[in-house]
Amino acid sequence: MIAYALQQLINGITLGMVYGLIAVGYTMVYGIIGMINFAHGDVFMVGAYVGIIVLTAFSGMGIAAVPVGLLVALLVSVALCGVYGFTIERAAYRPLRGSFRLAPLISAIGMSILLENFVQTSQGAKDRAIPEPIPGGFTIMQQHGFVVQMSYMQIAIIVTTLVTLGIFTYIVTKTPLGRAMRAIEQDAKMAALLGVNTNRVISLTFVIGSALAAVAGIMFLSYYGVINFFIGFNAGIKAFTAAVLGGIGSLPGAVLGGLLIGLIESFWSGYATIAYKDVAVYSILAIVLMFMPTGLLGRADIEKV
Amino acid sequence: MTALLEVRDLVMRFGGLTAVSRLSFTAVRGEITAVIGPNGAGKTTVFNCITGFYRPSEGEITIHREDQSTLALHRLPGFAIAKRGRVARTFQNIRLFGGMTVLENLMVAQHNRLQAATGFTLLAVLGLGRYRHVEAEALERAKYWLDATGLTKRADEPAASLPYGAQRRLEIARAMCTDPVLLCLDEPAAGLNPRESEELNALLLKIRAAGCSLLLIEHDMGVVMKISDHIIVLDHGKKIADGTPAEIRTNPAVIAAYLGEGDDDDLDVPVAAQ
Amino acid sequence: MSDVRSAQGGRDTLIRYIRDAGGVGLLALAIFVPFIGLRLHGETNGLVLHYRPKLLVIGVVLAMLARLLVLIWQERRVHQGRAAWRAARVASAGKYVAPALLASAALLPLVPGIANFYIDLGVLVMTYVMLGWGLNIVVGLAGLLDLGYVAFYAVGAYSFALLAHYFHLSFWECLPLSGIFAAIWGMCLGFPVLRLRGDYLAIVTLAFGEIIRLVITNWISLTGGPNGIYNIPHPTFFGLNFNLGGGPGTFSGFFGIDPDPKQLTTYLYYIIFFLALLTNWVTLRLRRLPMGRAWEALREDEIACRSLGINVRNTKLTAFAIGAMFGGFAGCFFATRQNFISPDSFTFIESATVLAIVVLGGAGSQLGVALAAVVMIGIPALLQDLSIYRMLFFGLALVIMMVVRPRGFVSTRTPSIALGKRQQISSELMSEGHG
Repeated sequence: MIAYALQQLINGITLGMVYGLIAVGYTMVYGIIGMINFAHGDVFMVGAYVGIIVLTAFSGMGIAAVPVGLLVALLVSVALCGVYGFTIERAAYRPLRGSFRLAPLISAIGMSILLENFVQTSQGAKDRAIPEPIPGGFTIMQQHGFVVQMSYMQIAIIVTTLVTLGIFTYIVTKTPLGRAMRAIEQDAKMAALLGVNTNRVISLTFVIGSALAAVAGIMFLSYYGVINFFIGFNAGIKAFTAAVLGGIGSLPGAVLGGLLIGLIESFWSGYATIAYKDVAVYSILAIVLMFMPTGLLGRADIEKV
Repeated sequence: MTALLEVRDLVMRFGGLTAVSRLSFTAVRGEITAVIGPNGAGKTTVFNCITGFYRPSEGEITIHREDQSTLALHRLPGFAIAKRGRVARTFQNIRLFGGMTVLENLMVAQHNRLQAATGFTLLAVLGLGRYRHVEAEALERAKYWLDATGLTKRADEPAASLPYGAQRRLEIARAMCTDPVLLCLDEPAAGLNPRESEELNALLLKIRAAGCSLLLIEHDMGVVMKISDHIIVLDHGKKIADGTPAEIRTNPAVIAAYLGEGDDDDLDVPVAAQ
Repeated sequence: MSDVRSAQGGRDTLIRYIRDAGGVGLLALAIFVPFIGLRLHGETNGLVLHYRPKLLVIGVVLAMLARLLVLIWQERRVHQGRAAWRAARVASAGKYVAPALLASAALLPLVPGIANFYIDLGVLVMTYVMLGWGLNIVVGLAGLLDLGYVAFYAVGAYSFALLAHYFHLSFWECLPLSGIFAAIWGMCLGFPVLRLRGDYLAIVTLAFGEIIRLVITNWISLTGGPNGIYNIPHPTFFGLNFNLGGGPGTFSGFFGIDPDPKQLTTYLYYIIFFLALLTNWVTLRLRRLPMGRAWEALREDEIACRSLGINVRNTKLTAFAIGAMFGGFAGCFFATRQNFISPDSFTFIESATVLAIVVLGGAGSQLGVALAAVVMIGIPALLQDLSIYRMLFFGLALVIMMVVRPRGFVSTRTPSIALGKRQQISSELMSEGHG
């Protein structure tokens, strides 16, 4: 049934966009300093929380214009998550740069645990919910009584992601900052010798990555309406999986991986059992990597002998 | 004069780039064969094909054993070339087990022989079987090569802490501990001072005398001309000359190749040879 | 003159400190406002914000003070430069620490009047020591990053739980089986990931751990799903059980003593103690055998290994399998100790904790892993009063410990063979593996 498949496609793309945005943050950090920023998923969670707090503050002040509220929430969240990303890098990763490879990984895991429990203890372990910010949608087609719906929220998410990715691509490809980032990715030592301020660029990478996670957090909040302190873990792992699936270090790969994982989840839930959707995602990851050890778009790792 | 290693119509392509095209040569048992050529001539690629790090696009690489049987190296997985073909190698950028001691490096090299004596490790864990005996033998072999390379005093130091020249020698000692019939050396004299270079020559001749054939890539013509029995010259992935050092010295194609594109390092080769 | 200069320098330092702490204060303000300064209250669709200005100020001031302390500490460290001296001292202390630790571990349950709680805590710590040693084979020796070690722990635990539930097998019958099953799973994981390097390996092992947990959670007809499996038998002592009712067939009845829960706890303690010692002994033996040397060589340089005729694939598989086997043993023990298991015990956080123990222990060091397990499991368990803040501090402590000691507690390696005296090798010289 085409209609049903179409609906899964729409849902999958929406979800995939959220994953893709988070995955870009993973892949950026990986590309530039070669570490897995395990706390990235939790920055996404912080972003969602900041969003719900701003929206609550708005409704507390009696301002009813939801789209304005969402926009402000988005901006505040982007700014604060940027601060989070900056601080995390300075406090937990920079002192470990250039040392043992596993040390930053453990530090990042510690940071992830810290953030989760910080939010849990400060905001409580309960699920927090908001009413649907932009209700409604339009019908794309009808078939045998099955209605294919695309909600305004889904459109908003897809548009926001594309705009965000557009701005991001512009930064990476056209600005001096982007050039410096790519230079460090190629050869950090050489870039430093040529006058690139490595520390500043790495800090900014974290800020930008965290800002993207904040956008994803706001979209998650407004799409699902319910968040808790633990959403960062699951979304983080999925996004990391997406980044690896696409080929870690590759920016288009991250988006592609995110979309694929969104689609796998949505189609698996739609056609097979929802319980095993994550198993399906992870199994497909393992199978893809068996045949393409550096992911779909990752650079093949030629052994220099 | 019997062939030990036979390379026939070897082709190695990377994407659209042909690094080695239709190369054929033979390394004779008991000889030192040198592969020379300007930078980018494809020497290391040939090495990597022989030692199994690259799978050749076309062609055959064969080892002729003493019992007249042959072994097709290009069909073997990388590690089996060292294990079954008994071809050992060193690397242009030294690859030691830096966090392990010099002696440990030499023991790791004897892995296959030692592992066979452990009774699937199970017996050896329990202290049973003939492992102890075999390990003592391995230790003797390690000591022999430590002595031969002048590293006995440094046996218990971590390999990464050795000076450069000693690291080069250790890599050769480690390769020799695998008990090879053919030792492939990728620029063994690179970065050595003249005295160390002399010592290296002596070591290589000693290895040949012990019955192991050598195949070496070298830039240092002092080493090549002095000790090689047979030289193969590559340029742009093709063989342009093949003969004794004396023949190579006067070969016009070789001189042209070096004068045409060699850098200063290479320029003095034919000049020095005249 | 010099007084003036030092006064000048002192003032500069002070200004620098204040500016630095001020910056940290601003960051802390931004970070804390939404979470400490504001708090969400109320139920669904009726959220309101409460303000907590006092708490916010306290938080920011604490952050600034912490930064000042760090600055002062760094200054002192620069001046003293005692790193080398301390490393030497740690190395020499190691000789005494290990036997002392072993002796106190062996005698812990025999301390007169010791509360059951502490023996039980000992059991917990010892379980993690064993897990740490098991994972150390994969991560510390072979240099393969495994983020899904908990999978093998789960396989071991569920092997026993299911065999006990469906076939009424006892702990001692299942212990070897659990290890074997886990080792087989280790190989199953090993095969697809053989070609993967670094972080690709990390994510696949992580995914594998999640797959196992998700399957256990969702295969309700077999495993009971999220409800777990109850009534897993405790181990018996030569056929004697530890029922508190006493009477014939029980440990207390046979020896004619009063039943006491401590008896079971003590028995469990010694089981895990010897299992852990077995892990340690096997690892130490293996390090001196070709297999263990090949693992370490693999960590140092995979390409060189291949050039020496070492079958890299098999070497990786044995590391995975043997590491997994000890994880399986530990899992089997966990099931018998708990009586009850559910998928909740096998989340990623367990893998992360064990990995943290290994990394914090340092450089494949057996002693370091044991110390790290005591610090990371024992101390938080003693701080139970903090309850909800415990994990908060755990995360914070992980970050701080890594920043302070990135190479772990014990950052030297002992050679497996030597002609003369064994010299410790600094982990600075070691490679950490690419897999």
